[in-house]
Amino acid sequence: MVETVLFWIFGAVALGSAFGVVMGGTLPGKGGSPVASLLFMVSTLASVAGIYVLLEAHFLAAIQVMVYAGAIMVLFLFVIMLLNLGHEYQRDMKGWMASLMLFLVSGALGGILAYRFAGPGGGAELDFLAEANTAAMDAALAEQGAVGVIAEPLYTTYVVPFELTGILLLVAIVGALALAKRRVA
Amino acid sequence: MSGSYAPLLILFGVSILNAVGIAVATHIVNPRRPTPQKDMPYESGMIPLGDTRERFSVKFYMVAISFIVFDLETIFLVPWAVGMRGLGWGGFVAMSLFVVVLTLGLVYEWKKGGLEWD
Amino acid sequence: MDMLQPISGVPALVAMVGKVLAVFTATMLVVAYTTLAERKISAWIQDRSGPNRVGPWGLLQPIADGIKNFLKEETMPATANRFWFVAGPMLSITPALVTIAVVPFAAPLPTPWGVVDMIVADIPIGILYILALSSLGVYGLVLSGWSSNNKYAFLGGLRASAQMVSYEVALGLSLVSVLMLAGNVTLTQVVWQQQEMGFWFAFPLSLGFILFLISAFAETNRLPFDMPEAESELVTGYHTEYSSMKFSMFFIAEYSHMLTASALMATLFFGGWDLPGAWDNAFWHEGMLIAGFDAAGAPILAQPAWWKTLLTLAGFGLKTVFFLFLYIWVRWTLPRFRYDQVMSLGWKVMLPTALAYVMVVSATVLVLDLLEVSYGFTFGLVLTLVSGLCTVAFLFFLDSDRIISGASVPYRQDRPVRMPVTQVDAGAPGLSGD
Repeated sequence: MVETVLFWIFGAVALGSAFGVVMGGTLPGKGGSPVASLLFMVSTLASVAGIYVLLEAHFLAAIQVMVYAGAIMVLFLFVIMLLNLGHEYQRDMKGWMASLMLFLVSGALGGILAYRFAGPGGGAELDFLAEANTAAMDAALAEQGAVGVIAEPLYTTYVVPFELTGILLLVAIVGALALAKRRVA
Repeated sequence: MSGSYAPLLILFGVSILNAVGIAVATHIVNPRRPTPQKDMPYESGMIPLGDTRERFSVKFYMVAISFIVFDLETIFLVPWAVGMRGLGWGGFVAMSLFVVVLTLGLVYEWKKGGLEWD
Repeated sequence: MDMLQPISGVPALVAMVGKVLAVFTATMLVVAYTTLAERKISAWIQDRSGPNRVGPWGLLQPIADGIKNFLKEETMPATANRFWFVAGPMLSITPALVTIAVVPFAAPLPTPWGVVDMIVADIPIGILYILALSSLGVYGLVLSGWSSNNKYAFLGGLRASAQMVSYEVALGLSLVSVLMLAGNVTLTQVVWQQQEMGFWFAFPLSLGFILFLISAFAETNRLPFDMPEAESELVTGYHTEYSSMKFSMFFIAEYSHMLTASALMATLFFGGWDLPGAWDNAFWHEGMLIAGFDAAGAPILAQPAWWKTLLTLAGFGLKTVFFLFLYIWVRWTLPRFRYDQVMSLGWKVMLPTALAYVMVVSATVLVLDLLEVSYGFTFGLVLTLVSGLCTVAFLFFLDSDRIISGASVPYRQDRPVRMPVTQVDAGAPGLSGD
């Protein structure tokens, strides 16, 4: 019961903040800037972490905050400041085009949501919180801990993707260096 | 299990209330007598020249990228460390390979001067 | 046997709310009195008297400071970004005050309604929660620096964030070795495994502790790592433009970071609330509160008592206070680093050392498992020896003036003089920042 209420709260915050990411630059006064959008995005990511907790995906929730909200968003913040975007901000879309896009996108989203919940067989997905095998999950969590349950599959079954991740990260370093250390001839 | 987070919700509520409460209380209580001099950014008594929001050095960008990469490495080390004794030498070899690959990245960055700050 | 059941129902709710409020209040009080302690100890080190006018021995000084800060005028630069200028301190103080929640602070307390765990939130991600929140602390600093529209503040905020993210990597890696021995990420398990081993982890993981200590100092922006607010260069860094209670909020945030870091050092490496001897051992194992396992592997029931809770609470407090004292002591002992030295130390010394150390510890543990040495005293002793060797190597051989350039380079025949060479391109636009 409490979990369902919390799910709706986190979901609402996540969606509202996602909307804020798009509209952040247009906030009234001096609050509106790409920095506002960025903080809305942090809020979205944190709310999604809250939903992960409700789904008993504790490790995922932790790394969601650590990596996305903590590391990648800091990079975004640096880039915004690096490019000096936080100062004179111009909207991408203006006038009737913007209004039309807004109308279409929100209409489509609303339609999908309405169909999901009110359409035939709608709302069934919402029972996933109740239907999840919480007893088995709690037992596994109690025995191995929230992180221990990840360890076994990650380093045996999925060891190849895991090593590939390492190579991907190596590529990221090389790529960043190639961009940042390029000599201006 | 997720019930164990309940006290955190309360604590978050309390500390957000605390922060907002301090800000509001101080706003009500304290006096405001602004003068043009007070409203100037403080630059050791000099009249500020130019704008603050210049473009700044690309080094901060390198730090942020390196942080993401090695933060991810830490995160991959965590489940392995927790389950290490169960995973045994197989896990050790897998992790060694991963660490060696990223150490190559660190060495490359070092040699390329990505870690220099001068 | 009634007494050994975990608390549940309405009393559990009361206990939960009580613990939250108690810990929050205690944090604020400790923070207030750490500021006084800092001034008193600074005075003692410098052979002065320190604050001694408000109340006996200046004990009411923090209250006077609080009232003063409430009544002071708030300033805000006219060019500041008003919204983020106000939000900055709040974004700073909120994560700082909630991190302490996952640290267990005493042995479980038996009550007529069941046993109460002495921890605010025993969540399954434990240490990761602390890492996650400390990575969110960056926003408060960088945003307040940016919104002030002051060059010093902006540079301070940038430096603070770059330094914090750099040392967060070393901090995380130094924790990995603890997780290996604990086999879990919750701090209750970390405390329990130290009781099981009969060793506080500071001994079998000595180098891990040293790395953690250094990174924790850097994460809290304390001397010798207080580059973000280096007075001689940046006025006071990101909070240059702040006054009144907004400034105090940064102050409270800094001190509660210090408190959390001290509590973590005590918990991760010095047994947490555990006191020497096995008389206070207590841990939840399959619904039972046990004190350990006998030779056959059967659990031995623990005997919680209110006086054990009080004694362990005092022990935990003492350890934490010691590390708070260490913070202040170091402040008046070591001079400040240069910024390039801070970054070099983080990326070129701490990170490779921590990585190598993790691999050394894991190899040692696996070899010990191969030799079928059971987890206990011998296990800890071997690890202590291995880590001791690593620590000696780290302290005496690793740097010796090769990686981090000193303030002055001693002349050596065999080595070219290392000077930062900057080539200025005449046509390129100047890049600001450092």
